[in-house]
Formats: sequence, C-alpha cells, structure tokens
Amino acid sequence: MIVDPTLAYIWAFIIAFAVFMYVVMDGFDLGIGILFPAFGVGEERDQAMNAIAPVWDGNETWLVLGGGGLMAAFPLAFAILMPAMYPPIIAMLLGLVFRGVAFEFRWRDPRHRAFWDFAFTAGSLTAALAQGIVLGALLQGVHVTGRAYGGGWLDWLSPFSLLTGAGTVAAYALLGSCWLIFKTEGGAQAHAYRLARIAGVAAALAVMAVSVATLFIAGADYQHRWLTFPNVLFAAQVPLLVGILSVAFWWALLRKKELMPFLLTLGLYLLCFAGLGISMFPYIVPGAVKIVDAASPAASQVFMLIGTAIMVPLILSYTAWSYWVFRGKVGESAGYH
Amino acid sequence: MTAAETALLLARFQFGFTISFHFIFPSFSIGLASYLMVLEGLWLRTGKPVYLDLFRFWVKIFAVAFAMGVVSGIVMSYQFGTNWSVFSDKAGPVIGPLMAYEVLTAFFLEAGFLGVMLFGMKRVGKRLHFAATCMVALGTFISAFWILSVNSWMQTPTGFAMNAQGQFVVAGSWAAVIFNPSFPYRLVHTVIAAYLTTSLVVGACGAWHLLRDNRAQVDATQASHQAARKMFSMAMWMAALVAPVQILAGDQQGLNTLEHQPAKVLAMEGDFDPSPDGAPLILFGLPSNADGKVHYKIEIPKAGSLILKHDPNAPLQGLKDFPRDQWAPVAVVFWSFRVMVGLGLAMLGLGLWSLVARGRRKLYDWTWLHRAAIVMGPAGFVAVIAGWITTEVGRQPWTIYGLLRTSQSASPLATPAVATSLVAFVIVYFAVFGIGVWYILKLMEKGPQPHEPEMAEAPIRSAGITPAAQMGSEP
Repeated sequence: MIVDPTLAYIWAFIIAFAVFMYVVMDGFDLGIGILFPAFGVGEERDQAMNAIAPVWDGNETWLVLGGGGLMAAFPLAFAILMPAMYPPIIAMLLGLVFRGVAFEFRWRDPRHRAFWDFAFTAGSLTAALAQGIVLGALLQGVHVTGRAYGGGWLDWLSPFSLLTGAGTVAAYALLGSCWLIFKTEGGAQAHAYRLARIAGVAAALAVMAVSVATLFIAGADYQHRWLTFPNVLFAAQVPLLVGILSVAFWWALLRKKELMPFLLTLGLYLLCFAGLGISMFPYIVPGAVKIVDAASPAASQVFMLIGTAIMVPLILSYTAWSYWVFRGKVGESAGYH
Repeated sequence: MTAAETALLLARFQFGFTISFHFIFPSFSIGLASYLMVLEGLWLRTGKPVYLDLFRFWVKIFAVAFAMGVVSGIVMSYQFGTNWSVFSDKAGPVIGPLMAYEVLTAFFLEAGFLGVMLFGMKRVGKRLHFAATCMVALGTFISAFWILSVNSWMQTPTGFAMNAQGQFVVAGSWAAVIFNPSFPYRLVHTVIAAYLTTSLVVGACGAWHLLRDNRAQVDATQASHQAARKMFSMAMWMAALVAPVQILAGDQQGLNTLEHQPAKVLAMEGDFDPSPDGAPLILFGLPSNADGKVHYKIEIPKAGSLILKHDPNAPLQGLKDFPRDQWAPVAVVFWSFRVMVGLGLAMLGLGLWSLVARGRRKLYDWTWLHRAAIVMGPAGFVAVIAGWITTEVGRQPWTIYGLLRTSQSASPLATPAVATSLVAFVIVYFAVFGIGVWYILKLMEKGPQPHEPEMAEAPIRSAGITPAAQMGSEP
C-alpha cells in the first residue's frame, strides 16, 4: 500500500514513452491531416490518406494508453490536470472524432467527399493545436488546491500556450510531410519535399521561440534548471544536438533522401522530449506535485508493470508487422483493381 | 439549484449521453467481429463463395461502425479525468490498472490487426488474414472482459482498503478485484446481448433483401439472393438459440443484484413498501419517488416473490427500508427495465417463429416473418441501452456502490465549461454518428454482391472503382 519511488520513476518513464509513441505515430497522421488542403483533389489526397489508413487506429491507441496509464499510475496527476485542461482536452476529443470518422466516411459518400476532407483537416488541426496548448499550459504551471485543481476554467489560455499550440501544429506537419516523402513517389513526393522545407523552418522557429519563452515563465525555476552552473553543462547538450540534427535534416532534404528526413525528425522529437524532462523532473505537475507524491500504491504499479513488460514488446512486434505488411510506396500498387 | 449542483447535473447528462452513444457501436462490433470470424472460417473450410461475399459485405459495415466506436471510446477514457476527477483520484489505484490492461491486451490487438483485416487479404494470404480477423474478434471480447470488470467493481466493490489519502487501494489479491461478485453475470449478459443485437441487425438486413427479391421474383439461384438467404438463416439460428439463454442469464443477474444491490432491484420492481407476506409483481404503473408509491399499478399478487425468491410467500424488502437519500429515480429504472424485458421476450418470439418457419421449410417465404425481423432490427440496441440505464441509474446515488456518492465524485468545474462541452457533444454526436449510421444503412440496402470486391486498398481512385461507388450514389 506504500509508494515505491523507484517504481514511480519507472512508471513516469513508461508514461513518457507512451506519450512519445503517441506524439510521433499520431503526429505524422495528424500532420498529414493538417497538410491535406495543400494536396491536389483526387489522386494526391487519396495517396496521402492511404499512406495512413491501415495504421491510424493503432497510432491513436497510444493516446489511450497515455491517459489510462496516467490515471492508473498517477491518479492524482490525472485528477488535477484533466479539469485544468478541460476546454482543450474536450476540443481535442471532438477533433479526433471528426478526423477518425473521415477516414471511412470520405469513401462512403463521394458527393460529400470535399466536406469530409475538410472535417479531416479541421479535426487534425484542432487536435494538434489542443495538444500543444495542453503542453504549454502544463509548463506554465497549474494552480493546485489540496488534491484538486484550484484555478479557473480558462487559466490554460495564454500567449505561451498558444505559442506551444502553434509549434505543435508545425512540428506535426513536419512529421507528416516526412512520412509522405517516405511513402509516396513522383509528383506527390516532390510536393511533400516542398512542404517539408516550409514545415521544417516553421517548426525550427517555433521550437526556438518556445525554448526561449519557457525561460521567462514567471514563478517557475526553468532558468535555474537550464542556465546555472553546473546544470548548464548537461542541459546545453540538448540545444547543441538539436542544431546538429537540424543541419543534418536540411542536408537530407536537399539530397532527396527518402527515409532520413523522417528519422532525423524523430531524433529532434526525442531531444525536445529530453528538454521537457529537464524542465519538469521530478515534478509531474510542474511546481506543484512531484512524481512520487502523485504515484499509485506499489501494489497497483507492480500489477501493471507485469502486464506492461509482457504486452508492450508484443504490441511493438505486431505493430511493426502491420507496418511491414503495408510497406512500400502507396503509389506502387496503382491499378490494383 | 446551486452552481455546483447544476455543474454536477450537466456532467451526469454528459456522461450518460456519451456512454449511451458509445456503447451502441461496441455492442454491434463485438458480435459482428465474431460473425466475420465465423464467415471467413466457413469460407476457408468450405470454399463456398457465398461466405466470402458475406464477409466482404459485412467487413465494410464493420469498418464504419468500428471507427465510430474508437473515436467515441477515446472520449470515454478521458472523461473520467475531465469530469470525474475526484472519482479518478480515489478509484484510480484500483480500476486504473484494469483499464490499462484493457488498452494493453485489447485495444492494441484490435487496432494492430484491423488494418490487415480490412486492407490486407491480398498482401498476407488467406490463413494469416483469417488469423488477423480472429485477433480483432478476440480483442473485442477481451475489451468487454476488462471494462465490465471495472463497471462491476464499481457496482459490487471487493478486495479493497482505504489509504491515508482517502483512495481505494487493493487489499490483497487482484483476482478479488477483477472477479468481483457481479462481474461474471454482467460479462455473460452483456456479451450475449452483443451477439443478439448483431444477429438481429444481420437478420433484418437479410429479411429486407428476401422481401425485395421475393417481390421482384428474383431467380433463387442468384448469388446475391443466396447470400441474403444465408445471412437470414444464420441470424435466425442465432436469435432462436441465444434469446432463451439471454433470458436465463438476465434472471441470474437479477438474483445476483438482489443479493448485492437490493435497493436497485426494488426500484426495478417498483416496490416502495415492504412485503412481509410475499411481494406482488407490478406489471405497469407510474412510480413516484415523491409520493413513495406506484400510481395506477396493475399487479399480480405474490408473483414478485415467486420470481425473485422462487417462493410466493417469501418476504421482500421495500425501498422504505432504505434512507430516502439512497433511492434511485424509480420511474426511470422501472420503465427502462420493462422496455428491456419486453424486447427480450419479443426476440424470443421472433426466434421461435423462425424455428416454426424453418420446420415447415418456409423460412425464406413467410413475408410476415421477414417484416417482423426488419422491425426487430434495432431492438437489440434499444434493449442494450435500456438495460444499461436500468443498471446505471438503478445504482444511484453511488458511483462506487455504498461507498462513494456521485455528488462527491465530480470535477471542480465551472458550469459554463460543462454546459458548453455538453452542447458540443450533443451536436457533434448526432451529426457525425447520425451520418455514419445512415452510411451503414445505405451499405445494407445495397446488399452483398456476387464476387463482392475487397475493401479497396491503396490507392483508391477518386474517379475509379471505389467502395463508395457500390452504394450507387456515383455513376
């Protein structure tokens, strides 16, 4: 019945892993949704849709694992954060409704396909923006009273959270365009290269802006974490590596590499995650609740850890198999019928 | 009403609305996934094209229903935190792990193999494709297992203790939590309900095409007609065999509820007053919590005790044996229960009728049977929702029965926030899922085609042969 700190940190890592998996996997299909209006009506849109149709559902399941895992392993954090983020979370859920059904509905009703394509984009954009806003609202701090959220219902809304929202949209668009570079060929691929350049610049600017703005959040200790000696020796590695990977990414785009831009973007996402870790650890609600203080009893965490240790490798295996089944360019099987 | 009470009421409306809409889809897809598994298995075994035609026809409908189930389900998992944060904090250490297991063992399984099931037959071959179909069906069942365990624990909590922070924590074995007293009954009753619901939908679809073919005097050897016959026959077998089993399962769950949640059963029966000499069976009436009685009631003396205690003279408690602030809204529970039971009896009747028709070799000829099957097509959904209303409203005022009140479970949210989200859910759900159901009906109306094409795989040409074109809405 007692909290075990080691277990709590293991679970914080597992939740972070689930969120990371969600962000990169649903990130590229949300990104394709965001870019959808840029694609030509007809074959290019159909190709973009088919590049994700068999896998989007599995990608989104990581979101449920992140939320469900948070409730199970850190119920107090779940109970504080969800009401604090109420409007953006509800907006995200409704956005996901629209884009999720659009995958099926656009094929069922050609006369209204333009509408479902719009719903696909609007839903993806809303979900991405809302997720970014939640991130910003988390970093700027949440008002906690006792074991509950103590703030107002619009506390999440700030210039900073809107900035992180916009940054997330750009970052997802980048990931989506890189996935399309990998999965398409010909005209669609050339278009994806162009979009990746635009999204890449936008995402880079957004990451820089968010990083700098984070340091100036009032009442938080982010300057101490990032800029004081000796923290800076460790923390400075993150922006340094971001710079290196960004240059490599640009080189890969110019050299027309197909998989490399996607992999390098994943690397950049991982570094951003590391940056978040530096900003937050050991808190789960920044400045208010520590990981160990929000943790479930060891009995709950051990029980889930057993299942996670068995199931996650299995899940990763059959997910990989499913991607393998649908490998190759979506354009290659043209004339399949 | 205070602002907090208004916010609570809105949050309850929102949960009730979103869960009712959501559960329509799994109650269909649990049964349909198993049906698809049977169809594909029969096709592999017999090689008869009719099974493949039916598989490819129903898998398209499955895809639409499943997508709606997924997106409305994600809403549910987050709503625990957004609207019921106090409940999440207190119950999270016990039910959170069960829900995490549902994600790990069921949701990923369904999602991981769904892509292959829908799009991958040509890519992986028949046997591996069949394995993927089986995995999706298994996933839907495992999902039911975990979520019903969670729900049952909230109804009949066992195996827990309280910690210093006021949280429910596991006291010993997780098996005591998972296999709580009402879980086996609820699992059986719910899964059978899903099978019955699906068989009624399949039966209605088959009956529709039989009526149409018979009117147009279609050649009975035509493939599409053979498919309509096959699905009608399979569905009527299912209804005839499973409806009686379901009535028995429901009776057993009722007895289990009487043991663990007597006040709920008393609300279902409308028994406000204790009956020391045997309770009547109130067939109909207008229950009133305020008056503490059922107005205009029609009752059979002693029959209530006969059903619940298997002894006409056995005494039965009344709601007045419980404090008034622990009464559920009796009218809702009383009537939703009667809707469920009435439809269950109608399903039994349909199944028996089909057996008679089958015995006389008129299964494909009796047009009134076909019409009845069409009318009964949505009955499963109505019965399922009515059943859930009975059990969920009937356990009020508790979220964790006898331990945590609904009024003490909600998030500290501002009323405008909940009001806005409720309106948004109502508009979006009716629009989006209404359209989705309409697409499903259009697909059903078109019916299975000979050599039904597979779900189009990449790339699907906008102007070419698409599944949408088969709806006949495009030249």
